[in-house]
Amino acid sequence: MCAQPAPEATPGRVVLDARDIARALTRISHEILERNKGAGDLVLLGIPSRGVPLAERIAERITSVEGYDVPTGSLDVTMYRDDLRLKPARALLHTEIPESGIDGRTVVLVDDVLFSGRTIRAALDALNDIGRPRAVRLAVLVDRGHRELPIRADFVGKNLPTSLVERVRVTLAGVDEVDAVTIHGEGDTSEPTGEAS
Amino acid sequence: MKRHLLSAADLSRDDAELVLSTAAELRSLADRPIKKLPALRGRTVVNLFFEDSTRTRISFEAAAKRLSADVINFSAKGSSLSKGESLKDTALTLEAMGADAVVVRHGASGAPHRLAHSGWVRSSVVNAGDGTHEHPTQALLDAFTMTRHLGSLDGRRVAIVGDVLHSRVARSNALLLATLGAEVTLVAPPTLLPVGVDSWPVETSYDLDAVIPKADVVMMLRVQRERMNGGFFPTPREYSRRYGLDGRRMATLQDHTIVMHPGPMVRGMEISADVADSDRSVIVEQVTNGVAVRMAVLYLLLGGAQPVGGDE
Amino acid sequence: MSTYLIRNASVLGGDPVDLLLRDGVVAEVGSGLDAEGAEVVDATGLVALPGLVDLHTHLREPGREDAETVESGTRAAAMGGFTAVHAMANTEPVADTAGVVEQVWRLGREAGFCDVYPVGAVTVGLQGERLAELGAMADSAARVRVFSDDGKCVSDAVLMRRALEYVKAFDGVVAQHAQEPRLTEGAQMNEGELSGKLGLTGWPAVAEEAVIARDCLLAEHVGSRLHVCHVSTAGSVQIVREAKARGVDVTAEACPHHLILTDELAATYDPIYKVNPPLRTRADVEALRAGLADGTIDIVATDHAPHPHEDKDCEWAAAAFGMLGLETALSIVQETMVDAGLLDWAGVAERMSYAPARIGRVADHGQPLEPGSPANVVLYDPSVRRPVDPAGSASLSRNTPYRGMELPGRVVATFLRGRPTVLDGALV
Repeated sequence: MCAQPAPEATPGRVVLDARDIARALTRISHEILERNKGAGDLVLLGIPSRGVPLAERIAERITSVEGYDVPTGSLDVTMYRDDLRLKPARALLHTEIPESGIDGRTVVLVDDVLFSGRTIRAALDALNDIGRPRAVRLAVLVDRGHRELPIRADFVGKNLPTSLVERVRVTLAGVDEVDAVTIHGEGDTSEPTGEAS
Repeated sequence: MKRHLLSAADLSRDDAELVLSTAAELRSLADRPIKKLPALRGRTVVNLFFEDSTRTRISFEAAAKRLSADVINFSAKGSSLSKGESLKDTALTLEAMGADAVVVRHGASGAPHRLAHSGWVRSSVVNAGDGTHEHPTQALLDAFTMTRHLGSLDGRRVAIVGDVLHSRVARSNALLLATLGAEVTLVAPPTLLPVGVDSWPVETSYDLDAVIPKADVVMMLRVQRERMNGGFFPTPREYSRRYGLDGRRMATLQDHTIVMHPGPMVRGMEISADVADSDRSVIVEQVTNGVAVRMAVLYLLLGGAQPVGGDE
Repeated sequence: MSTYLIRNASVLGGDPVDLLLRDGVVAEVGSGLDAEGAEVVDATGLVALPGLVDLHTHLREPGREDAETVESGTRAAAMGGFTAVHAMANTEPVADTAGVVEQVWRLGREAGFCDVYPVGAVTVGLQGERLAELGAMADSAARVRVFSDDGKCVSDAVLMRRALEYVKAFDGVVAQHAQEPRLTEGAQMNEGELSGKLGLTGWPAVAEEAVIARDCLLAEHVGSRLHVCHVSTAGSVQIVREAKARGVDVTAEACPHHLILTDELAATYDPIYKVNPPLRTRADVEALRAGLADGTIDIVATDHAPHPHEDKDCEWAAAAFGMLGLETALSIVQETMVDAGLLDWAGVAERMSYAPARIGRVADHGQPLEPGSPANVVLYDPSVRRPVDPAGSASLSRNTPYRGMELPGRVVATFLRGRPTVLDGALV
C-alpha cells in the first residue's frame, strides 16, 4: 500500500548546484536572524523528508553566527494532508519536536519546494495540535509558484518560475548523492522524489 | 498490505515493519497535549464483539478515536451460536450503518474471514481474536514491544510458553515473529501443542528449563480455567511446576531478557506474582503499545483511498 | 402403461443395443427391435446403467421439510439417475418405530420418482442407550433391512454387539457411522496440519478407524453382517481390506465428496465444505479411489444431506454438517473413477446399483439389464461437461460444494419400472 515513487532516472536541468544551495541557505539564515532580531526564541522544524536536513543546515549556520544551538526538529504532515484519501495510505515520516516545545516561540517551518501551498497548510494544522507558537514563519529553498492557497514564504532561496508540466527536484547530500535543484521538463513522466506539492 | 487483517500470515515482512514503524511514530503522540490526529475523520469503525474482551475493545476504541474516526461499539455477546441474531444479519446491519472498518472478536475460528469474504460487508475487517485461530494485532503489539526493548528481532530467541493448542495469541505470534526473523520456540506439554505444529516455522520443546536461559523474550500464555479440568494435564500444581515462570526460573534468564504476557494473567498458575511485577515484566507496557499498534493498523487500512473494486 | 424402446444404448459401456421396456420390465434386448407401439428414445452415444441405488440418503422428512421432503429428495434422486434410495433414520421424530418408517415408505410411494427404503434407527432416538424395535420395523410394510444411527455412532460396544446379533433374525444389516465420540468432541474438520493452523477442532482419522476396527472384530466374533458408512480415511480402507481378507462379512461405502474434495477447502472457512466425516487429505482421497477400484469399498453412497441456506450461511462452527450429493454422484464417479481408468461402466453398475441393492436386500433394484429384469434404467451421456448450478437442483436445498465446478456427464433419462421419471434431462 505504500509504494514509494521510483528513484528519479533522468538527469534534468540543474538550476542550483551545491554552491548555489549553500549560498542560499546562508542568506536565509541571516535573514531569519535579522527578521527575528536574534535566535533567542527560534525553533526550526523541517518538513520531511528534505526539509529536515535543510533545517539542520540552517541551524548550523545560525549557531556559527550566534554561538548557541537553535532547537531543531521535524514535523510530519502526512495525516493532515488534504489529499490523504486520494492515494493509498502513506507511511508516516518522523516527527520530532524539540524538548523545549513550541509554545510562545517563533517556529520557522523549513521545506525544500513551495508549490501549491497545501503542504504548508497541513503543517500549520499539525502545529496547532502541538502547541501555540508566538509566530510561524516559512523558509523554502525554492519557490516555484502556482499557489493554490493564500500562503507565501518569508524566506526564499530562489524564486523559480516553472510551468505546471515541469517537475522540480531537490537532492541533498546525506539523503541523496549530491546537493542540487533540477528541473525535469515536459515529457518526463516519472514521479520525482523529494518534490513538494 | 491487504484490505483486511485476518491473520498474521496476511502480513509480509515489509507490511509488518511498516505497521511497527508507523506505530513507533504514533506512540510518541501519547506524550502530546492533543492526542488526536485527523487522519480518519469521517470514517466509521465498528467494534463488533461477540465475546467479552474489555481490554481489546477499549484499545481499539482509543486507537480509532485518536485518529478521529467515529466509533460504534456493537456488543453481540452470545447472539450467534445461541441462535439469536446471526453473524450475517449483524454484518448486514453494520453495512447499512456505513462502517468503513469492522473490528471483530468472535468465539468461532474463521468468523472474521467469513465476514470479509462472504460478500456481506464491503468494509475492511480486522480480526480482534477469533476462537482458537488468531489475534494478529496482539502479535503486532507484542512484536512492537519486543523491538522497543531489543531492536531488530532478526535472530532473537522468543519462547512462547503454555497452552499453545487453544491460543490464538500463540498462533499469530509464531507466524509474525517468524516473518520478522525471530527464532520462536513453543514450550508446552505435548497435550497442549497442536497437531501439525512441526510444519509451523518454529521449534518446539517440552522442557522450559532448557529453553529459557537462551531466550531473549519469554512470553507466558494464559491457562484458561476450563482447560484445567479438560484432562490436558494432571493438576494445576503439576502444570505450574513444569511450565510456570517463577522467581527461581526467572533467575536463569539473561540480563536483557524480557517477560511478556498477553493478559489476563492467572497469577500463581503460569506466572508468579513476583515475576509479573518484576523489572523484566513489560506487561503494562504491552497495553500502552496496543493503542499505538492498533492506530497504525487502522490508519494503514483506512487512511488512504478507499479500495476500489473487489478484494485485495 | 406405455412401452419404451431405447435405441442404440451402450449397456454398461458395451456395443449399442436396443432395449424394449414393457410392463415394468426389460422385455427384449437386441439389435433393430421393432418399435411399433413404443415410444422411441434415441440413446445413441449414451451409456445405459441399471437404475442407481443409494444406500445413504437424508430426505429430512418428517421434521425438516424446510431442507428436503421425500418428494423433493426423490426428484433429486431421479435427476441423478437413482431409482431407489435408503432414507436415513435421523429425522424428527427419529425413524425408530414401525410407524415412522411406514410413513416415510408411504410418502416415497406417493412421490413416485424413486423407491424409498427407510433405514431404521438402531437405538431409540439415536441415543445409543437401548435398541429400537428393530424387528417391528423389519416386519412393517417398509420391510426395513438396513439399520443405522447415522449422524451418531453406536459407540457402546455391547449395544453394537447386540444390534449386530439381533438383526440376523431378519437378515438385516447394521450400517455404522464410525465416529468415536470422545475423540471428536467439538470436532470441525479433519485433524491435521491445517486444523492446527485454522484453529478448528480436529476430527482425527483414528476416531473413525478405531470404531471400524472394533466393529469388524465384533462382526467377526458374532458372525454378523456389518456395513460401514462413509469411509473417509486411508487407514479405514486398510482395516476393511484386512477384515475382508480374513473373511469378515463387512461391506463399506465411500461418498462422492470424499472421492474428490480435500480438507484444504476448509481454509476458506466456508461451511459449504463442512461435512461429517470431514473432507480428508489428498492421500486419503487416493486410498478411497484405490479401495473402490479393488472392491475393498463395495459401493458409492451419496450421504445426500440437504440443509437450508441459513444453516450454511454463517460461521463455520455454527454451521450444519453435510452436503448435497444425489444429482452429482454419477458425474463425480465418472470424473474420479471412470475417466481416471480405475473403473469401467460395469464396475460403476456394481458399485452404484447391484452391490447397494444386495446390501440393502432390495430385490427389485440392482438387476442386470436383461430380459425379465425390472425396467429400472438410467441413460447417461458421459461426453458432455457442465458447470454445477445449485439453482438448477431439484433438491429444496442448495448446499452443493461443487458450485461452479465443471463436472462431466449428464443423466439424460431415468426409468423406474419402465416409466420415465427423467426424460431429456428433465423431470417428467
